[in-house]
Amino acid sequence: MSDDAINDTVLEVLGRIAPEADLGTIDPGEPLREQLDLDSVDFLNFVIGLHERLGIDIPEADYGKLASIDGAVAYLVAARS
Amino acid sequence: MYEFRMPSLGADMEAGTLSRWLVAPGDRVERGDIVAVVETVKSDIEVEIFHGGVVEELLVREGREVPVGTPLARLRTEVAEPGEAAEPAPPEAGPPAPAPPLPRVPAPVRAPPATARVHASPVARKMAAALGVDLATVEGSGAGGAILKADVERAVQSPRKEKAARPERPERPAEVAAPASPPPAAERAAGMRRAIAAAMARSKREIPHYYLANTIDLSHALGWLERENLARPVTERLLPAALLLRASALALHEVPELNGFWQDDAFRPGPGVHLGVGISLRGGGLVAPALHDADRKSLAELMTALRDLVQRARAGRLRSSELTDATITVTNLGERGVETVFGIIYPPQVALVGFGTIVERPWAEGGMVGARPTVTATLAADHRASDGHRGALFLAALDRLLQEPEAL
Repeated sequence: MSDDAINDTVLEVLGRIAPEADLGTIDPGEPLREQLDLDSVDFLNFVIGLHERLGIDIPEADYGKLASIDGAVAYLVAARS
Repeated sequence: MYEFRMPSLGADMEAGTLSRWLVAPGDRVERGDIVAVVETVKSDIEVEIFHGGVVEELLVREGREVPVGTPLARLRTEVAEPGEAAEPAPPEAGPPAPAPPLPRVPAPVRAPPATARVHASPVARKMAAALGVDLATVEGSGAGGAILKADVERAVQSPRKEKAARPERPERPAEVAAPASPPPAAERAAGMRRAIAAAMARSKREIPHYYLANTIDLSHALGWLERENLARPVTERLLPAALLLRASALALHEVPELNGFWQDDAFRPGPGVHLGVGISLRGGGLVAPALHDADRKSLAELMTALRDLVQRARAGRLRSSELTDATITVTNLGERGVETVFGIIYPPQVALVGFGTIVERPWAEGGMVGARPTVTATLAADHRASDGHRGALFLAALDRLLQEPEAL
């Protein structure tokens, strides 16, 4: 899976958690929780959605690395290889 | 014969718009099936039916707003008369509905043969209405072919030809078109504000609230949770909220007069422990759908149910029973950093449990002071139904249960 495809997957999963959000306006370098007003259940759904689509196990200790879109993509690209 | 009526989806609802029928005349439905989508000022609600039978006639067209209680459809019910053979299966065509196993989990609705169901996110729906796009002509790229906002945008940019050959539906009277468009976002937000205002004003007018608070040491609970999550796959991990909800549900067994309704000048115990979970909607406003039978769910089941509930609240896919069945509300404004929640009871419920942020505080125990994670739990309760002493017992039970997380 290419890096672009992982980026698309991250956006797709976000779109399910925050269907009302306009993902085009998100700053990929900034924390998602604040930008999308995610709560802890939303964030867990985000992590689980990524796990289910990409088959990558994400330990709880690594949740912080998924805070932004850029962070999540970098983490998932590294975890996949 | 059974008349399916516009349900009241909460104390603050007076009318609803029937946005979609998910059944057509001739369809057989079972108790608990989702038969229609009703749009309220709060969100789109999937409405379940409480009687099985065969749909005879739909009485209200899609797009119509009608008051609560208005008959929406007539069903032929199938109670066999004494001495009469059970009615044979109806002759109409269509896929045979497999007998569902009991207990019936609200099943995904099978696509009715006649009226094709258009699956779309609330945002896509609003946008389509605003732009005058017929959703039936839009190709969905979401899960299960659901139409997303981007699909509507694409449809606007590139008028499709391939689908233009769709047969018209001439039987649709033109008058349906106008009321079918959902209210614009601003109007909907105003409606939501009015609904919340009505319910909360009624609460403050009618309910003599009393308030109690207790700060609870969570070091055992969170320590246990951390160890537990290390061993759990990501799909089964728990959040502190699951522990708080589970402990609340169990504590209600000890003080049942907090779980139920004040109706006709008397307390009516709830038929189960259905925790209304406060979820703030990012478009504004809030909903508190029920987590059914929270006291009978394991932590893992509760967590799964909570994730599902939040996801569906976001997507505007809550079910009618979830909006009407809550026997008490639990709110977790702590997510937003507040320490203490002073709740307003949602009538006709008689109590609201609030949890603040989990914060480290200096904690004295056995003559020693240390830093511990703590949460302030509050209870707002209806003094007509219970007294402060009983409320205090509830908070004490909550504290005790949270000190033994492995037993939750």
